[in-house]
Amino acid sequence: MTAPLKAVGWVAGLALSVAAVFGLPHVLELFTLINATIYVSMAILTLSLALIWGYGGILCFGQAAFFGLGGYTYAICAINFGDSTWAIVLAMVLPALVAALVGYFIFWGRIGDVYLGVITLTMTLIFLKFFNATAGDAYKIGRAALGGFNGIPSTPPLNLPWDVGTQLAPEDIWYIAASLLVILYAGSRWLLTTAFGRVVVSIRENEKRSELLGYDVRRYKLGIFTIGGAIAGMAGILFANCVFVSPTMFSLFYNAQVIIWVTVGGLGTLLGPIAGSIALQMIVAKLGTLQGLDPNVVLGAILIVFVLLVPKGLQPVLQDWWDRLREPRQPAMPAPAPASTLRSAGIERPLTSATTAHQPAANAASRP
Amino acid sequence: MDLVVIIILQVIAAVASLALVSVGLAVIFGMMRVINLAHGEFIMLGGYAVIYATRWGVNLWVAMLLVAPLFVGVVGIVVERTVIRFLYGRMIDTMLATWGLSLLLIGAATMIFGNTTTGVSAPLGSVTIGQYQTSLYELVLVVIVVAVLGGLMAILRLTKAGLIARATMQNPAMAASLGISTNTVYMVTFGAGAALSGLAGALIAPLSGVLPTMGVAYVAKAFITVISGGSAIIAGTLSASMLLGSLNTLATFVATPVVGEITLLFAAIVLLRILPQGITGRFFRRAL
Amino acid sequence: MDTKLDRRRILKAAAVGTAAAAGPWFIRDLHAADDIKIAGIHDASGGLDIYGRPMIDVLTLAVEEANAAGGLLGRQLTLINYDPQSNIQYYTQYATEAATKEKVAVVLAGITSASREAIRPVLKRFNTLYFYNTQYEGGVCDRNCFCTGSTPAQTVEKLIPYAMKKFNGKKIYVLAADYNYGQITSKWVKKFTQENGGTIVQTDFFPLDVTDFGPTIKKIQAAKPDIVVSVLVGGSHISFYRQWAATGMKKQIPMASTTFGVGNEHVVTNPEEHNGILAAYAYFQEVKSPANADYIKRYQKRFGEKAAPLTELAMMTYHGFNLWAAAVKKAGTVDRMKVIEALEGNMSFTGPGGKTTIDPATHHAVLDVYLAEAQNRQFKVLESFSQQKPADTAAVCDLKKNPNENQQYVIDVKV
Repeated sequence: MTAPLKAVGWVAGLALSVAAVFGLPHVLELFTLINATIYVSMAILTLSLALIWGYGGILCFGQAAFFGLGGYTYAICAINFGDSTWAIVLAMVLPALVAALVGYFIFWGRIGDVYLGVITLTMTLIFLKFFNATAGDAYKIGRAALGGFNGIPSTPPLNLPWDVGTQLAPEDIWYIAASLLVILYAGSRWLLTTAFGRVVVSIRENEKRSELLGYDVRRYKLGIFTIGGAIAGMAGILFANCVFVSPTMFSLFYNAQVIIWVTVGGLGTLLGPIAGSIALQMIVAKLGTLQGLDPNVVLGAILIVFVLLVPKGLQPVLQDWWDRLREPRQPAMPAPAPASTLRSAGIERPLTSATTAHQPAANAASRP
Repeated sequence: MDLVVIIILQVIAAVASLALVSVGLAVIFGMMRVINLAHGEFIMLGGYAVIYATRWGVNLWVAMLLVAPLFVGVVGIVVERTVIRFLYGRMIDTMLATWGLSLLLIGAATMIFGNTTTGVSAPLGSVTIGQYQTSLYELVLVVIVVAVLGGLMAILRLTKAGLIARATMQNPAMAASLGISTNTVYMVTFGAGAALSGLAGALIAPLSGVLPTMGVAYVAKAFITVISGGSAIIAGTLSASMLLGSLNTLATFVATPVVGEITLLFAAIVLLRILPQGITGRFFRRAL
Repeated sequence: MDTKLDRRRILKAAAVGTAAAAGPWFIRDLHAADDIKIAGIHDASGGLDIYGRPMIDVLTLAVEEANAAGGLLGRQLTLINYDPQSNIQYYTQYATEAATKEKVAVVLAGITSASREAIRPVLKRFNTLYFYNTQYEGGVCDRNCFCTGSTPAQTVEKLIPYAMKKFNGKKIYVLAADYNYGQITSKWVKKFTQENGGTIVQTDFFPLDVTDFGPTIKKIQAAKPDIVVSVLVGGSHISFYRQWAATGMKKQIPMASTTFGVGNEHVVTNPEEHNGILAAYAYFQEVKSPANADYIKRYQKRFGEKAAPLTELAMMTYHGFNLWAAAVKKAGTVDRMKVIEALEGNMSFTGPGGKTTIDPATHHAVLDVYLAEAQNRQFKVLESFSQQKPADTAAVCDLKKNPNENQQYVIDVKV
């Protein structure tokens, strides 16, 4: 894409997202808007995994752990402080700290591919088991009872900063959630254009080579993993505001869903997973009201079909079509690998969409 | 004294059942480097095979030891032919595809069998040890697990098929160039792994009941056990089961089931930090 | 648009013709404008479906029967059944949908206390009347919410002394599900045990997904209690009864339960695994009364001979629906506050489970309680206690004095 076209694309995208953020509350019923807010919070969670898996090459099976921690931290702090302002800050900081700790453990131990998956999965299961077992009287943090399996149903909604009296209505929470998604998306795109972002992608492409070039890969991996943890924590805060916090936030179900959404949307892209997560949530919610068809069947079939037939995910495939449509005489040419690596760092097209012959990079890297 | 005996028996039973639910996954992982996340659902199908076979008048033991493994083995071969074989060498993709398969099977089972717990009663009654009682079935289970692991070992060590399987495991390219159809080996291996999972489900059914979602409880445990064990199929499964199973049971005795589970999970994390390639990545390297 | 309306009208005509056969999902497609909409949110899938399915069936039949009898206030009822799939998140989602999108007159919903506490604030916030029809641990104090199920002061109070006397034992070992129902109910078990001169040897809590009770059974053997009391919940915990029998312990230590049977555990397990287990609820399918016999006939005609046996949860859903319907008739409107006021006028309904009266101070029910023993996939009713008051909740909650209260009291059980 040429530079002016790109600028037009950005402006159009921005205009469209502003329209969606501020237009939807006028179109949708309250109920649908609340659901849309939940979808957006899950989309933010998906974004966090799309970032660390798609660009950092870290397949985390436990992204829901940071999501749940964010939710719980928010609920506990908001109940105790009475004011949600610091609760929000802490609910981003704590998941990021835990991510940093776990990341230190993993990356300094040089644990890779499946083993990393097992450790992150195990970590989530520990949180799940622990929070499930906190129904007793002993589990009270200040005024907040953890509630075990029940969770904390009376999670206080957000209020204006330092103004406890003004609690936000569901519409306001929508504005916050939707704007946050737009900001985080743009922020992630920006991050990937920085020197840090480029090194992270180069590590995904070839860890050894990056290390030989003098980069401490452990630090870069830890950095992106921690950022992913903080973003997942934000998703948790929003989710706590729309639903409430309970141990199911740590469940395999959520872990599985996020990975499915990223796969369907396209590994190594950001917009694809976001769109994929929202679309699939709508489909599953629709299926929940149908009798005779179990939503799991559809979800499972989608995943199998995508892995077999569209392993690159939706966004890269659509982009290929679009490119071919615009330049019919120039079908997508396999670009030389190093060049496309750099291009994929932040600009609109990831490596995987440029070459049909290659497997997604994360997979290639994790072959035994 | 009786209590000590009973605790030891309980630990042995726990280790055996952990090994039982993991060995199918271990065979597939060890031989093919494929993580089969539909493993739990193969266990579930084994359970249902027993329930339906006994309802149709098949003897319980025949149902558990023959019908269930055969049925799930066939399912495994079908899955390998239709899905897995397109994904060799793509570890993450096979994980995702089998995860999809897992959801699909859970959904299908829910639609077909209904989402309720069914079960058969454990056969054999109980035995008395001093002033304690324990279920005889649990003890027989241990014997069966030992027999299964021993049989597997014998097949791999002593038969031609085992030799071919080990050759393919060590160097698929070399095996193929020597005229072995690795394709067939993989198909049979996947079928055998599935059959072992089916057997596990069949043997568990009388203890825990059968439910479309029951696999979820086992897959994470099996996954953790196999990865902690490392790449050696039998030695890895056995050593990891022993470590994790006994820690889990002892912690459950001392505290609560939750503490037991959390202990197991923590142990796995610490283990993988110290031995990133699993137990058999460092010890018993030449074992199977 | 027109064609769509036409199609709906045709569908409706067809549906009225086969009203008896039409399932709730079918009815859902044709809500005419003047219908009164009501919602049911019960798990039809997931681990809690053992409780949910009979509740859904009973509610469906209740609405069908009401419609066949001319509806309410001359209007037909439309029932919307949601299946939250044993997932708490869907409970809030569907409660919000029922209240804000469908604008239903009443929501009958919730099985676990967790699900109730998830949807209660939602329905309160959107001013939608809520009926919770499950036996639970007591303490909910909310003018928008009516709890028709039994609470520990009505059932556990009868069960424990009876078990202690019958089994001639003082030492009790409690196994409970690890969430607020199990936690609080086990306290009540302790209280009533001590009041009757017994002691609790130990209480163990189990998350809902535990299926391996091997170590626990060995621990029970080491503790040598006289009686085991089970407060276990859900499909996974059924394996306890199997494993208990498989170790031969069932012949040695008798058992009473506050939950056995409400999920039809006595149908799923074998007689060797459940014969002799004591339980106390506000309803058993085996209760002998003409009203009950008649109802079972209608129920089995609608859902077949093999329909899931009726439980307290199912029957109190029926009572809850009828209490609401009676209040609507009395108030002459479905307006929420007027219906609440009508219900607070000691509204009562006599049905298959006996007489259920709303206690205006607590919004709980005064009801008949039965004590029974599991025998060969059925319950044998041993004793009945008429018109038991919800004394536990009454000790902490007075909505007449404080109508704006909105919380669940954790009743301070003195033990």
